[in-house]
Amino acid sequence: MAVWQVIAWSVGRDFILASPVAVVERLIELVPTWDFWTTIGLSLFRITLGFALAAVVGSFLAALAAAYGIVDALVTPLVSAIRSVPVASFIILVLLWADSSKLATITAFLIVLPIVYANVFQGIRQRDRKMLEFAAVFRVPTRRRILAIDVPAVLPYFAAACRIGVGLAWKSGVAAEVIGVIDGSIGERLYEAKIFLDSASLLAWTVVIVGLSVACEAVVLRLVKRLPGGAA
Amino acid sequence: MKSPIALRKVTRRYDDVVVFDKLTLELDEEHVTAVMGSNGSGKTTIARLVLGLDAADGGTVSGLDGRRPAAVFQENRLCDHLSAVNNVCLVLDHPDRAYAEEHLRRAGLPDEAMHRPVRTLSGGQRRRVAIVRALAGDADLVVMDEPFSGIDADSKADLVQYIRDRLRGRTALLITHDAREAKQFGARVVKLPARAVPNS
Repeated sequence: MAVWQVIAWSVGRDFILASPVAVVERLIELVPTWDFWTTIGLSLFRITLGFALAAVVGSFLAALAAAYGIVDALVTPLVSAIRSVPVASFIILVLLWADSSKLATITAFLIVLPIVYANVFQGIRQRDRKMLEFAAVFRVPTRRRILAIDVPAVLPYFAAACRIGVGLAWKSGVAAEVIGVIDGSIGERLYEAKIFLDSASLLAWTVVIVGLSVACEAVVLRLVKRLPGGAA
Repeated sequence: MKSPIALRKVTRRYDDVVVFDKLTLELDEEHVTAVMGSNGSGKTTIARLVLGLDAADGGTVSGLDGRRPAAVFQENRLCDHLSAVNNVCLVLDHPDRAYAEEHLRRAGLPDEAMHRPVRTLSGGQRRRVAIVRALAGDADLVVMDEPFSGIDADSKADLVQYIRDRLRGRTALLITHDAREAKQFGARVVKLPARAVPNS
């Protein structure tokens, strides 16, 4: 903070680099407004929805791919391709194909999906063979086996995917909002800050995004810990 | 009447190493058969064949169809995050916590250890949970691979009594290197010749 303040002083122009004090002042102005909270709510909902869908669909596809070779052969190359596509290409494609209100959700989904898929797939592959033998010998019913053996084994891989995925969902989701200039979104606020050379607002909203990303990560990891074997 | 479990002229190799060659062994129906031998003689491999976890490279393994197996593995293979009671309930047809507790108590597990994750239990306590898990259910074939490993000699009596009670009327294979253990269960002893290969 001190270094930032010194650099801001030496630059001497608020529109190039606002000082921390100016950013805090802008935050103090923003926080009591209704607009601030609706903006946050909208972006939070859309980006979280994209992340959650990716977590569910990615895990489900990974389970199917681990169980059926044909699904693996079909889905793994597709997911690898999605992983290699630049975020900007996705955003522009989605803008062409879909309603812009869904842009952040679809972008976050497409960015997080390959991470969850790859991690969960690896987790399933790395399950302890000896525990699977135990389940086979005792003929443990599938549902019980999933809860007692599979989920706890895959959970560390899923948690790692969530940790990386939450941050990426926010980065890509907000980038999509900026490019798409989505009405009432955090991305639109960043875009306005650029247009009006308002670096105090730009940095204030960046602080908000980082805070939201960290908070989301904490919530997601807390939820993951509640799954079977999560406290281990 | 089920056909007896029999290994006939069974050969098993791992890579190029022959664990045993043309081994013939029949398990006594509703009794304990103890297989004894030094390390590397293939005791655990026999257990795996009987449990259907390994296939023979030659010969036949018969009498496994329609069996309901259970096992005390060399390693406990417990679900670490589950309690002792839940580990037992996991394999019961109709999970019943009171029933599981009663069995764990009979096997010498203290009450305070019943509901903690088994990863927090001592080695001996974990072994007792693994034994109860194999014996509390309705299995008609029980394979026990060195069941007393990690159990203190002075706290063994109640466990021996529990196992003896639960094995009554069941077909069991006991893998051990201790002749006294085989005797405690009135087992017929089959000795394997020593071979210089590592245990699988």
